[in-house]
Amino acid sequence: MHAIRSVAVNVFKESVRDRVPYNLVLFAVLLISSSYLLGQLTAGQDVKIVKDLGLSATAVFGLFIAVFIGIGLVSKEVERRSIYPLLAKPVSRPQFIAGKYAGLVLTLAVNVAVMTIALYVVLGYMSWMEPAAVRASWDAPGPDPRLLKAIALIFLELMLVTAIALFFSTFSGPLLSAALTLGLYIVGQFNADLKNFDRVVNSKTAIWLARGAYHVLPDLSAFDVKTQVVHGLPVSSGYMLATTGYAAVYIAALLLGAVAIFSRRDFK
Amino acid sequence: MTATARHAALVAAACAALGAAVALQLARDRWYPRSDIQAAEILYVRSPAAMQRLALDHDSLLADVYWIRAVQYYGGNRLAPQLRKHHYELLYPMLDITTSLDPHFNIAYRFGAIFLSEEYPGGPGRSDQAIALLRKGLAARPDKWQYYLDAGFVNYFHLHDYRAAADWFSRGARLPNAPNWMPPLAAATLAKGNDRASSRFLWRQLLDSDQAWLRNAATRALQQLDALDQMDRLEEIVRRYPPPMGQPHSWIGLIRRGVLAGLPVDPTRTPYDIDPETGRVALSPSSSLNPMPFDTARQAR
Repeated sequence: MHAIRSVAVNVFKESVRDRVPYNLVLFAVLLISSSYLLGQLTAGQDVKIVKDLGLSATAVFGLFIAVFIGIGLVSKEVERRSIYPLLAKPVSRPQFIAGKYAGLVLTLAVNVAVMTIALYVVLGYMSWMEPAAVRASWDAPGPDPRLLKAIALIFLELMLVTAIALFFSTFSGPLLSAALTLGLYIVGQFNADLKNFDRVVNSKTAIWLARGAYHVLPDLSAFDVKTQVVHGLPVSSGYMLATTGYAAVYIAALLLGAVAIFSRRDFK
Repeated sequence: MTATARHAALVAAACAALGAAVALQLARDRWYPRSDIQAAEILYVRSPAAMQRLALDHDSLLADVYWIRAVQYYGGNRLAPQLRKHHYELLYPMLDITTSLDPHFNIAYRFGAIFLSEEYPGGPGRSDQAIALLRKGLAARPDKWQYYLDAGFVNYFHLHDYRAAADWFSRGARLPNAPNWMPPLAAATLAKGNDRASSRFLWRQLLDSDQAWLRNAATRALQQLDALDQMDRLEEIVRRYPPPMGQPHSWIGLIRRGVLAGLPVDPTRTPYDIDPETGRVALSPSSSLNPMPFDTARQAR
Protein backbone atom coordinates (compact mmCIF):
# COMPACT_ATOMS: atom_id res chain seq x y z
CA MET A 1 0.00 0.00 0.00
CA HIS A 2 2.89 2.33 0.87
CA ALA A 3 4.46 1.71 -2.54
CA ILE A 4 1.19 2.54 -4.34
CA ARG A 5 0.83 5.74 -2.32
CA SER A 6 4.41 6.78 -3.10
CA VAL A 7 3.94 6.27 -6.84
CA ALA A 8 0.55 8.07 -6.75
CA VAL A 9 1.93 11.08 -4.87
CA ASN A 10 4.81 11.22 -7.31
CA VAL A 11 2.40 11.29 -10.29
CA PHE A 12 0.43 14.08 -8.63
CA LYS A 13 3.58 16.12 -7.92
CA GLU A 14 4.73 15.62 -11.49
CA SER A 15 1.41 16.90 -12.85
CA VAL A 16 1.79 20.00 -10.69
CA ARG A 17 5.33 20.43 -12.02
CA ASP A 18 3.91 20.05 -15.55
CA ARG A 19 1.67 23.08 -14.79
CA VAL A 20 -1.55 21.10 -15.10
CA PRO A 21 -3.28 23.33 -12.49
CA TYR A 22 -2.97 26.21 -14.98
CA ASN A 23 -6.10 24.83 -16.65
CA LEU A 24 -8.00 25.76 -13.49
CA VAL A 25 -7.16 29.42 -13.98
CA LEU A 26 -8.31 29.12 -17.59
CA PHE A 27 -11.52 27.46 -16.42
CA ALA A 28 -12.25 30.23 -13.92
CA VAL A 29 -11.54 32.96 -16.49
CA LEU A 30 -13.73 31.16 -19.04
CA LEU A 31 -16.65 30.91 -16.62
CA ILE A 32 -16.45 34.44 -15.27
CA SER A 33 -16.01 36.09 -18.66
CA SER A 34 -18.71 33.96 -20.27
CA SER A 35 -21.22 34.74 -17.51
CA TYR A 36 -20.74 38.43 -18.30
CA LEU A 37 -20.65 38.08 -22.10
CA LEU A 38 -23.67 35.77 -22.28
CA GLY A 39 -25.84 38.39 -20.64
CA GLN A 40 -25.10 40.64 -23.61
CA LEU A 41 -25.52 37.95 -26.28
CA THR A 42 -28.55 35.90 -25.41
CA ALA A 43 -32.19 36.52 -24.55
CA GLY A 44 -32.36 34.98 -21.07
CA GLN A 45 -31.02 31.59 -20.02
CA ASP A 46 -27.64 32.97 -18.83
CA VAL A 47 -27.66 30.64 -15.83
CA LYS A 48 -28.55 27.58 -17.92
CA ILE A 49 -25.74 28.41 -20.33
CA VAL A 50 -23.21 28.95 -17.55
CA LYS A 51 -24.21 25.57 -16.08
CA ASP A 52 -23.86 23.89 -19.50
CA LEU A 53 -20.54 25.59 -20.08
CA GLY A 54 -19.24 24.75 -16.61
CA LEU A 55 -20.19 21.07 -16.87
CA SER A 56 -18.91 20.68 -20.43
CA ALA A 57 -15.67 22.51 -19.64
CA THR A 58 -15.14 20.25 -16.60
CA ALA A 59 -15.61 17.21 -18.84
CA VAL A 60 -13.37 18.53 -21.66
CA PHE A 61 -10.54 19.81 -19.42
CA GLY A 62 -10.67 16.55 -17.49
CA LEU A 63 -10.63 14.54 -20.71
CA PHE A 64 -7.50 16.31 -21.92
CA ILE A 65 -5.76 15.72 -18.58
CA ALA A 66 -6.84 12.06 -18.50
CA VAL A 67 -5.76 11.37 -22.08
CA PHE A 68 -2.59 13.40 -22.42
CA ILE A 69 -1.17 12.56 -19.02
CA GLY A 70 -2.61 9.04 -18.96
CA ILE A 71 -0.94 7.99 -22.20
CA GLY A 72 2.48 8.92 -20.86
CA LEU A 73 2.12 7.32 -17.46
CA VAL A 74 3.95 4.14 -18.41
CA SER A 75 5.44 4.85 -21.83
CA LYS A 76 7.26 7.97 -20.59
CA GLU A 77 8.95 5.98 -17.82
CA VAL A 78 10.01 3.38 -20.38
CA GLU A 79 11.30 6.00 -22.85
CA ARG A 80 13.23 7.84 -20.14
CA ARG A 81 14.46 4.50 -18.82
CA SER A 82 13.41 5.59 -15.33
CA ILE A 83 11.38 2.37 -15.15
CA TYR A 84 14.53 0.34 -14.31
CA PRO A 85 15.40 1.94 -10.95
CA LEU A 86 11.68 2.10 -10.12
CA LEU A 87 11.12 -1.62 -10.59
CA ALA A 88 14.44 -2.44 -8.94
CA LYS A 89 13.02 -0.86 -5.77
CA PRO A 90 10.48 -2.83 -3.77
CA VAL A 91 7.67 -1.75 -6.17
CA SER A 92 5.94 -4.60 -7.93
CA ARG A 93 4.54 -4.11 -11.41
CA PRO A 94 0.89 -4.28 -10.25
CA GLN A 95 1.69 -1.72 -7.53
CA PHE A 96 3.34 0.47 -10.14
CA ILE A 97 0.21 0.40 -12.37
CA ALA A 98 -2.14 0.93 -9.41
CA GLY A 99 -0.02 3.82 -8.13
CA LYS A 100 0.15 5.49 -11.52
CA TYR A 101 -3.62 5.20 -11.89
CA ALA A 102 -4.32 6.45 -8.36
CA GLY A 103 -2.00 9.43 -8.90
CA LEU A 104 -3.75 10.57 -12.04
CA VAL A 105 -7.18 10.03 -10.47
CA LEU A 106 -6.00 12.18 -7.54
CA THR A 107 -4.93 14.91 -10.00
CA LEU A 108 -8.31 14.70 -11.70
CA ALA A 109 -10.16 14.75 -8.37
CA VAL A 110 -8.39 17.95 -7.30
CA ASN A 111 -9.09 19.53 -10.71
CA VAL A 112 -12.75 18.55 -10.75
CA ALA A 113 -13.20 19.70 -7.14
CA VAL A 114 -11.70 23.14 -7.84
CA MET A 115 -13.73 23.51 -11.06
CA THR A 116 -16.89 22.54 -9.17
CA ILE A 117 -16.23 25.17 -6.51
CA ALA A 118 -15.57 27.79 -9.20
CA LEU A 119 -18.82 26.85 -10.98
CA TYR A 120 -20.85 27.12 -7.76
CA VAL A 121 -19.27 30.47 -6.90
CA VAL A 122 -20.16 31.92 -10.33
CA LEU A 123 -23.69 30.48 -10.15
CA GLY A 124 -24.13 31.75 -6.61
CA TYR A 125 -23.07 35.23 -7.67
CA MET A 126 -25.40 35.21 -10.69
CA SER A 127 -28.25 34.00 -8.52
CA TRP A 128 -27.56 36.70 -5.94
CA MET A 129 -27.54 39.42 -8.63
CA GLU A 130 -30.89 38.45 -10.16
CA PRO A 131 -34.21 39.59 -8.69
CA ALA A 132 -36.52 36.97 -7.19
CA ALA A 133 -38.95 37.19 -10.14
CA VAL A 134 -36.23 36.21 -12.60
CA ARG A 135 -34.97 33.42 -10.36
CA ALA A 136 -38.49 32.05 -10.16
CA SER A 137 -38.56 31.62 -13.95
CA TRP A 138 -35.50 29.32 -13.95
CA ASP A 139 -36.01 25.59 -14.42
CA ALA A 140 -33.70 24.91 -11.48
CA PRO A 141 -32.02 27.12 -8.86
CA GLY A 142 -28.63 28.65 -9.72
CA PRO A 143 -26.29 26.80 -7.33
CA ASP A 144 -28.37 23.62 -7.56
CA PRO A 145 -27.06 20.65 -5.49
CA ARG A 146 -28.35 18.31 -8.23
CA LEU A 147 -25.45 19.49 -10.40
CA LEU A 148 -23.24 17.31 -8.22
CA LYS A 149 -24.85 14.23 -9.75
CA ALA A 150 -23.68 15.26 -13.22
CA ILE A 151 -20.24 16.17 -11.86
CA ALA A 152 -19.96 12.80 -10.10
CA LEU A 153 -20.73 10.98 -13.36
CA ILE A 154 -18.27 13.19 -15.27
CA PHE A 155 -15.61 12.22 -12.73
CA LEU A 156 -16.45 8.53 -13.12
CA GLU A 157 -16.23 8.89 -16.89
CA LEU A 158 -12.81 10.54 -16.51
CA MET A 159 -11.68 7.69 -14.24
CA LEU A 160 -12.73 5.27 -16.96
CA VAL A 161 -10.94 7.24 -19.70
CA THR A 162 -7.81 7.35 -17.50
CA ALA A 163 -7.94 3.56 -17.15
CA ILE A 164 -8.28 3.24 -20.95
CA ALA A 165 -5.29 5.56 -21.51
CA LEU A 166 -3.22 3.70 -18.94
CA PHE A 167 -4.17 0.35 -20.50
CA PHE A 168 -2.96 1.47 -23.93
CA SER A 169 0.11 3.10 -22.39
CA THR A 170 1.34 -0.27 -21.13
CA PHE A 171 2.00 -1.64 -24.62
CA SER A 172 2.17 1.29 -27.07
CA GLY A 173 3.84 4.66 -27.54
CA PRO A 174 2.23 7.98 -26.59
CA LEU A 175 1.00 8.83 -30.09
CA LEU A 176 -0.70 5.52 -30.70
CA SER A 177 -2.08 5.49 -27.15
CA ALA A 178 -3.59 8.96 -27.66
CA ALA A 179 -5.17 7.90 -30.95
CA LEU A 180 -6.56 4.69 -29.47
CA THR A 181 -7.87 6.37 -26.32
CA LEU A 182 -9.53 9.24 -28.18
CA GLY A 183 -10.92 6.74 -30.71
CA LEU A 184 -12.41 4.62 -27.95
CA TYR A 185 -13.77 7.74 -26.27
CA ILE A 186 -15.63 8.71 -29.45
CA VAL A 187 -16.84 5.16 -30.08
CA GLY A 188 -18.00 5.06 -26.46
CA GLN A 189 -20.25 8.06 -27.08
CA PHE A 190 -22.03 6.23 -29.93
CA ASN A 191 -22.08 2.88 -28.21
CA ALA A 192 -25.80 2.98 -27.42
CA ASP A 193 -26.51 2.97 -31.17
CA LEU A 194 -24.98 -0.49 -31.50
CA LYS A 195 -27.72 -1.85 -29.25
CA ASN A 196 -30.37 -0.90 -31.81
CA PHE A 197 -28.44 -2.14 -34.83
CA ASP A 198 -31.29 -4.50 -35.73
CA ARG A 199 -33.32 -1.48 -36.82
CA VAL A 200 -30.96 -0.72 -39.70
CA VAL A 201 -29.67 -4.15 -40.84
CA ASN A 202 -31.24 -7.57 -41.32
CA SER A 203 -28.12 -9.76 -41.05
CA LYS A 204 -28.24 -11.82 -37.87
CA THR A 205 -24.42 -12.02 -37.72
CA ALA A 206 -24.07 -8.25 -37.98
CA ILE A 207 -26.69 -7.77 -35.27
CA TRP A 208 -24.90 -10.20 -32.93
CA LEU A 209 -21.56 -8.57 -33.64
CA ALA A 210 -23.02 -5.14 -32.90
CA ARG A 211 -24.61 -6.44 -29.68
CA GLY A 212 -21.28 -7.94 -28.67
CA ALA A 213 -19.47 -4.68 -29.37
CA TYR A 214 -22.14 -2.81 -27.39
CA HIS A 215 -21.38 -4.90 -24.32
CA VAL A 216 -17.59 -5.02 -24.70
CA LEU A 217 -16.90 -1.37 -25.60
CA PRO A 218 -17.28 1.29 -22.87
CA ASP A 219 -20.74 2.85 -22.81
CA LEU A 220 -19.69 6.45 -22.14
CA SER A 221 -23.00 8.07 -23.12
CA ALA A 222 -24.47 6.60 -19.93
CA PHE A 223 -22.36 9.05 -17.91
CA ASP A 224 -24.01 12.08 -19.49
CA VAL A 225 -26.88 13.47 -17.39
CA LYS A 226 -25.92 17.11 -17.91
CA THR A 227 -29.11 18.08 -19.74
CA GLN A 228 -31.32 16.54 -17.05
CA VAL A 229 -29.64 18.23 -14.09
CA VAL A 230 -29.46 21.61 -15.81
CA HIS A 231 -33.24 21.53 -16.31
CA GLY A 232 -33.82 20.24 -12.78
CA LEU A 233 -35.16 16.89 -14.03
CA PRO A 234 -34.76 13.90 -11.72
CA VAL A 235 -31.84 11.47 -12.02
CA SER A 236 -32.68 8.48 -9.83
CA SER A 237 -30.31 7.13 -7.19
CA GLY A 238 -30.74 3.70 -8.78
CA TYR A 239 -29.38 5.02 -12.08
CA MET A 240 -26.45 6.67 -10.29
CA LEU A 241 -25.69 3.46 -8.43
CA ALA A 242 -25.93 1.25 -11.53
CA THR A 243 -23.69 3.59 -13.55
CA THR A 244 -21.15 3.78 -10.69
CA GLY A 245 -21.09 -0.01 -10.48
CA TYR A 246 -20.62 -0.25 -14.25
CA ALA A 247 -17.68 2.20 -14.09
CA ALA A 248 -16.09 0.34 -11.17
CA VAL A 249 -16.11 -3.07 -12.85
CA TYR A 250 -15.05 -1.71 -16.23
CA ILE A 251 -12.13 0.19 -14.63
CA ALA A 252 -11.18 -2.95 -12.71
CA ALA A 253 -11.17 -4.95 -15.96
CA LEU A 254 -8.95 -2.38 -17.69
CA LEU A 255 -6.50 -2.14 -14.78
CA LEU A 256 -6.27 -5.91 -14.49
CA GLY A 257 -5.67 -6.08 -18.24
CA ALA A 258 -3.01 -3.37 -17.94
CA VAL A 259 -1.30 -5.26 -15.09
CA ALA A 260 -1.43 -8.51 -17.08
CA ILE A 261 0.24 -6.91 -20.11
CA PHE A 262 2.73 -4.90 -18.08
CA SER A 263 3.75 -7.92 -15.98
CA ARG A 264 4.78 -9.85 -19.08
CA ARG A 265 6.53 -6.93 -20.71
CA ASP A 266 10.27 -7.30 -21.25
CA PHE A 267 12.23 -4.05 -20.90
CA LYS A 268 15.58 -5.41 -22.14
CA MET B 1 24.99 41.51 -24.52
CA THR B 2 24.01 40.08 -21.13
CA ALA B 3 21.42 37.32 -20.75
CA THR B 4 18.93 39.75 -19.21
CA ALA B 5 19.35 42.25 -22.03
CA ARG B 6 18.98 39.48 -24.60
CA HIS B 7 15.78 38.29 -22.89
CA ALA B 8 14.38 41.84 -22.82
CA ALA B 9 15.23 42.29 -26.50
CA LEU B 10 13.42 39.04 -27.35
CA VAL B 11 10.30 40.09 -25.43
CA ALA B 12 10.38 43.50 -27.09
CA ALA B 13 10.74 41.90 -30.52
CA ALA B 14 7.82 39.55 -29.82
CA CYS B 15 5.65 42.51 -28.72
CA ALA B 16 6.66 44.47 -31.81
CA ALA B 17 5.80 41.53 -34.07
CA LEU B 18 2.40 41.19 -32.41
CA GLY B 19 1.81 44.93 -32.82
CA ALA B 20 2.74 44.66 -36.50
CA ALA B 21 0.27 41.79 -36.92
CA VAL B 22 -2.52 43.87 -35.37
CA ALA B 23 -1.64 46.85 -37.59
CA LEU B 24 -1.59 44.65 -40.70
CA GLN B 25 -4.93 43.13 -39.80
CA LEU B 26 -6.47 46.56 -39.32
CA ALA B 27 -5.05 47.73 -42.65
CA ARG B 28 -6.19 44.59 -44.48
CA ASP B 29 -9.74 44.93 -43.07
CA ARG B 30 -9.79 48.55 -44.26
CA TRP B 31 -8.46 47.77 -47.75
CA TYR B 32 -10.36 44.51 -48.30
CA PRO B 33 -13.53 44.68 -46.18
CA ARG B 34 -15.06 41.29 -45.53
CA SER B 35 -18.78 40.65 -45.61
CA ASP B 36 -19.46 39.75 -41.98
CA ILE B 37 -23.17 39.28 -42.67
CA GLN B 38 -22.52 36.54 -45.17
CA ALA B 39 -20.22 34.74 -42.77
CA ALA B 40 -22.71 34.94 -39.94
CA GLU B 41 -25.61 33.61 -41.96
CA ILE B 42 -24.16 30.26 -42.95
CA LEU B 43 -25.68 27.20 -41.38
CA TYR B 44 -23.12 24.49 -41.92
CA VAL B 45 -25.15 21.59 -40.62
CA ARG B 46 -28.88 21.63 -41.22
CA SER B 47 -29.71 18.19 -39.92
CA PRO B 48 -30.57 18.11 -36.20
CA ALA B 49 -29.80 14.37 -36.12
CA ALA B 50 -26.33 14.92 -37.60
CA MET B 51 -25.69 17.72 -35.15
CA GLN B 52 -26.66 15.49 -32.24
CA ARG B 53 -24.00 13.00 -33.38
CA LEU B 54 -21.35 15.66 -33.77
CA ALA B 55 -22.03 17.07 -30.31
CA LEU B 56 -20.80 13.86 -28.59
CA ASP B 57 -22.06 14.33 -25.02
CA HIS B 58 -22.08 18.12 -25.17
CA ASP B 59 -25.49 18.51 -26.87
CA SER B 60 -26.75 20.87 -24.20
CA LEU B 61 -23.83 23.26 -24.67
CA LEU B 62 -24.16 23.10 -28.44
CA ALA B 63 -27.88 23.87 -28.05
CA ASP B 64 -26.84 27.03 -26.18
CA VAL B 65 -24.52 27.97 -29.03
CA TYR B 66 -27.32 27.52 -31.57
CA TRP B 67 -29.73 29.46 -29.37
CA ILE B 68 -27.30 32.38 -29.16
CA ARG B 69 -26.83 32.18 -32.94
CA ALA B 70 -30.61 32.19 -33.45
CA VAL B 71 -31.03 35.25 -31.19
CA GLN B 72 -28.19 37.08 -32.91
CA TYR B 73 -29.47 36.11 -36.36
CA TYR B 74 -32.99 37.28 -35.59
CA GLY B 75 -31.85 40.47 -33.84
CA GLY B 76 -29.29 41.28 -36.54
CA ASN B 77 -31.85 40.96 -39.32
CA ARG B 78 -34.60 42.73 -37.44
CA LEU B 79 -32.38 45.70 -36.67
CA ALA B 80 -30.84 45.74 -40.16
CA PRO B 81 -31.14 49.05 -42.04
CA GLN B 82 -34.51 49.58 -43.77
CA LEU B 83 -32.91 49.48 -47.20
CA ARG B 84 -31.49 46.02 -46.74
CA LYS B 85 -33.76 43.06 -47.32
CA HIS B 86 -34.48 41.22 -44.11
CA HIS B 87 -33.63 37.52 -44.25
CA TYR B 88 -35.08 35.03 -41.81
CA GLU B 89 -34.75 31.76 -43.76
CA LEU B 90 -32.34 30.21 -41.28
CA LEU B 91 -34.32 31.08 -38.16
CA TYR B 92 -36.46 27.95 -38.07
CA PRO B 93 -33.60 25.52 -38.90
CA MET B 94 -31.54 27.11 -36.11
CA LEU B 95 -34.37 26.79 -33.60
CA ASP B 96 -35.06 23.25 -34.80
CA ILE B 97 -31.44 22.25 -34.18
CA THR B 98 -31.44 24.03 -30.79
CA THR B 99 -34.52 22.16 -29.60
CA SER B 100 -33.35 18.84 -31.04
CA LEU B 101 -30.06 19.12 -29.19
CA ASP B 102 -31.83 20.08 -25.97
CA PRO B 103 -35.52 19.05 -26.08
CA HIS B 104 -36.11 20.75 -22.71
CA PHE B 105 -34.92 24.18 -23.86
CA ASN B 106 -38.02 25.98 -22.68
CA ILE B 107 -37.11 29.49 -23.79
CA ALA B 108 -36.16 28.37 -27.31
CA TYR B 109 -39.71 27.14 -27.88
CA ARG B 110 -41.39 30.17 -26.31
CA PHE B 111 -39.28 33.01 -27.71
CA GLY B 112 -38.69 31.06 -30.91
CA ALA B 113 -42.44 30.97 -31.54
CA ILE B 114 -42.64 34.72 -30.95
CA PHE B 115 -39.73 35.42 -33.31
CA LEU B 116 -41.14 33.17 -36.04
CA SER B 117 -44.67 34.55 -35.94
CA GLU B 118 -43.68 38.25 -36.07
CA GLU B 119 -44.92 39.80 -39.31
CA TYR B 120 -42.37 40.83 -41.94
CA PRO B 121 -40.17 42.94 -41.69
CA GLY B 122 -40.11 42.45 -37.90
CA GLY B 123 -39.89 38.70 -38.41
CA PRO B 124 -40.50 36.01 -41.03
CA GLY B 125 -44.26 35.95 -40.40
CA ARG B 126 -44.21 32.14 -40.27
CA SER B 127 -46.95 31.34 -37.79
CA ASP B 128 -47.06 27.80 -39.18
CA GLN B 129 -43.43 27.25 -38.13
CA ALA B 130 -44.13 28.86 -34.75
CA ILE B 131 -46.95 26.38 -34.13
CA ALA B 132 -44.77 23.49 -35.39
CA LEU B 133 -42.03 24.50 -32.92
CA LEU B 134 -44.52 24.64 -30.04
CA ARG B 135 -45.95 21.24 -31.04
CA LYS B 136 -42.41 19.88 -30.90
CA GLY B 137 -42.07 21.41 -27.41
CA LEU B 138 -45.31 19.78 -26.32
CA ALA B 139 -44.09 16.41 -27.58
CA ALA B 140 -41.05 16.80 -25.29
CA ARG B 141 -42.90 18.36 -22.36
CA PRO B 142 -46.65 17.71 -22.51
CA ASP B 143 -47.12 19.32 -19.08
CA LYS B 144 -46.16 22.81 -20.27
CA TRP B 145 -49.34 24.90 -20.30
CA GLN B 146 -47.22 27.85 -21.44
CA TYR B 147 -46.77 26.27 -24.89
CA TYR B 148 -50.55 26.01 -25.27
CA LEU B 149 -50.84 29.66 -24.26
CA ASP B 150 -48.19 30.65 -26.81
CA ALA B 151 -49.84 28.63 -29.59
CA GLY B 152 -53.15 30.32 -28.76
CA PHE B 153 -51.34 33.66 -28.77
CA VAL B 154 -49.97 33.01 -32.28
CA ASN B 155 -53.44 32.03 -33.54
CA TYR B 156 -55.04 35.04 -31.87
CA PHE B 157 -52.69 37.83 -32.90
CA HIS B 158 -51.12 36.60 -36.11
CA LEU B 159 -53.55 34.21 -37.75
CA HIS B 160 -56.69 35.92 -36.31
CA ASP B 161 -58.16 32.44 -35.91
CA TYR B 162 -60.03 32.96 -32.64
CA ARG B 163 -61.65 29.53 -32.65
CA ALA B 164 -58.24 27.83 -32.91
CA ALA B 165 -56.84 30.20 -30.27
CA ALA B 166 -59.68 29.33 -27.89
CA ASP B 167 -59.07 25.64 -28.56
CA TRP B 168 -55.36 25.97 -27.62
CA PHE B 169 -56.24 27.96 -24.48
CA SER B 170 -58.83 25.41 -23.37
CA ARG B 171 -56.45 22.48 -23.99
CA GLY B 172 -53.82 24.23 -21.88
CA ALA B 173 -56.43 25.01 -19.22
CA ARG B 174 -57.11 21.28 -18.81
CA LEU B 175 -53.57 20.65 -17.53
CA PRO B 176 -53.42 20.20 -13.75
CA ASN B 177 -50.77 22.90 -13.26
CA ALA B 178 -52.47 25.50 -15.50
CA PRO B 179 -53.27 28.88 -13.89
CA ASN B 180 -56.88 29.59 -12.99
CA TRP B 181 -57.22 32.44 -15.51
CA MET B 182 -56.83 30.13 -18.50
CA PRO B 183 -60.38 28.67 -18.59
CA PRO B 184 -62.05 32.14 -18.60
CA LEU B 185 -59.53 33.27 -21.24
CA ALA B 186 -60.54 30.36 -23.48
CA ALA B 187 -64.23 31.15 -22.96
CA ALA B 188 -63.78 34.89 -23.60
CA THR B 189 -61.73 34.26 -26.74
CA LEU B 190 -64.38 31.93 -28.11
CA ALA B 191 -67.23 34.26 -27.24
CA LYS B 192 -65.83 37.64 -28.28
CA GLY B 193 -63.05 36.86 -30.75
CA ASN B 194 -61.07 39.97 -31.57
CA ASP B 195 -62.09 42.22 -28.72
CA ARG B 196 -59.71 44.58 -27.00
CA ALA B 197 -60.41 43.29 -23.50
CA SER B 198 -59.16 39.82 -24.47
CA SER B 199 -56.13 41.31 -26.23
CA ARG B 200 -55.38 43.44 -23.17
CA PHE B 201 -55.70 40.42 -20.91
CA LEU B 202 -53.28 38.40 -23.04
CA TRP B 203 -50.69 41.16 -23.17
CA ARG B 204 -50.95 41.70 -19.40
CA GLN B 205 -49.78 38.10 -18.92
CA LEU B 206 -46.55 39.04 -20.73
CA LEU B 207 -45.98 42.07 -18.50
CA ASP B 208 -44.80 39.58 -15.85
CA SER B 209 -42.16 38.10 -18.14
CA ASP B 210 -38.63 37.97 -16.80
CA GLN B 211 -37.36 39.34 -20.14
CA ALA B 212 -37.12 43.11 -20.49
CA TRP B 213 -37.71 43.17 -24.26
CA LEU B 214 -40.88 41.09 -23.88
CA ARG B 215 -42.13 43.39 -21.13
CA ASN B 216 -41.39 46.37 -23.41
CA ALA B 217 -43.29 44.73 -26.28
CA ALA B 218 -46.25 44.11 -23.96
CA THR B 219 -46.13 47.70 -22.65
CA ARG B 220 -46.16 49.04 -26.21
CA ALA B 221 -49.05 46.75 -27.21
CA LEU B 222 -51.03 47.89 -24.16
CA GLN B 223 -50.35 51.53 -25.07
CA GLN B 224 -51.64 50.82 -28.58
CA LEU B 225 -54.81 49.33 -27.13
CA ASP B 226 -55.22 52.39 -24.89
CA ALA B 227 -54.74 54.61 -27.95
CA LEU B 228 -57.49 52.69 -29.81
CA ASP B 229 -59.86 53.29 -26.87
CA GLN B 230 -58.90 56.97 -26.69
CA MET B 231 -59.43 57.46 -30.43
CA ASP B 232 -62.90 55.91 -30.15
CA ARG B 233 -63.79 58.29 -27.29
CA LEU B 234 -62.40 61.31 -29.18
CA GLU B 235 -64.42 60.41 -32.30
CA GLU B 236 -67.50 60.21 -30.10
CA ILE B 237 -66.75 63.75 -28.82
CA VAL B 238 -66.12 65.00 -32.38
CA ARG B 239 -69.48 63.56 -33.47
CA ARG B 240 -71.30 65.09 -30.50
CA TYR B 241 -69.77 68.56 -31.01
CA PRO B 242 -69.64 69.17 -34.79
CA PRO B 243 -67.96 72.41 -35.98
CA PRO B 244 -70.04 75.43 -36.98
CA MET B 245 -71.31 75.34 -40.58
CA GLY B 246 -68.51 75.72 -43.14
CA GLN B 247 -65.67 75.21 -40.69
CA PRO B 248 -63.32 72.17 -40.66
CA HIS B 249 -62.94 69.70 -37.79
CA SER B 250 -60.04 70.73 -35.59
CA TRP B 251 -58.74 70.29 -32.05
CA ILE B 252 -58.30 74.06 -31.73
CA GLY B 253 -62.00 74.53 -32.46
CA LEU B 254 -62.98 72.05 -29.76
CA ILE B 255 -60.55 73.62 -27.26
CA ARG B 256 -61.90 77.14 -27.98
CA ARG B 257 -65.42 75.90 -27.40
CA GLY B 258 -64.32 74.43 -24.05
CA VAL B 259 -65.01 70.81 -25.08
CA LEU B 260 -61.37 69.80 -24.68
CA ALA B 261 -58.91 71.15 -22.13
CA GLY B 262 -55.92 70.78 -24.43
CA LEU B 263 -54.49 68.94 -27.39
CA PRO B 264 -55.38 65.26 -27.01
CA VAL B 265 -52.22 63.15 -26.92
CA ASP B 266 -51.61 59.42 -27.25
CA PRO B 267 -49.88 57.40 -24.49
CA THR B 268 -46.48 58.42 -25.90
CA ARG B 269 -47.46 62.13 -25.51
CA THR B 270 -47.76 62.67 -29.29
CA PRO B 271 -50.89 64.66 -30.32
CA TYR B 272 -53.57 62.80 -32.28
CA ASP B 273 -54.42 63.84 -35.85
CA ILE B 274 -57.95 64.79 -36.84
CA ASP B 275 -59.25 64.68 -40.42
CA PRO B 276 -60.61 68.25 -41.14
CA GLU B 277 -63.33 66.89 -43.44
CA THR B 278 -64.59 63.69 -41.82
CA GLY B 279 -63.49 64.28 -38.21
CA ARG B 280 -61.86 60.84 -38.11
CA VAL B 281 -59.20 60.60 -35.39
CA ALA B 282 -55.89 58.87 -36.12
CA LEU B 283 -52.43 58.48 -34.67
CA SER B 284 -49.90 61.06 -35.80
CA PRO B 285 -47.47 59.55 -38.36
CA SER B 286 -44.69 60.64 -36.01
CA SER B 287 -46.06 58.58 -33.12
CA SER B 288 -43.86 55.68 -32.03
CA LEU B 289 -47.00 53.57 -31.62
CA ASN B 290 -47.18 53.12 -35.41
CA PRO B 291 -47.92 50.72 -37.03
CA MET B 292 -51.10 49.92 -35.12
CA PRO B 293 -52.33 46.33 -34.75
CA PHE B 294 -55.21 44.95 -36.81
CA ASP B 295 -58.43 46.01 -35.11
CA THR B 296 -61.74 44.96 -36.60
CA ALA B 297 -63.71 47.33 -34.36
CA ARG B 298 -62.08 50.45 -35.91
CA GLN B 299 -61.68 48.81 -39.32
CA ALA B 300 -65.46 48.43 -39.60
CA ARG B 301 -66.07 52.17 -39.27
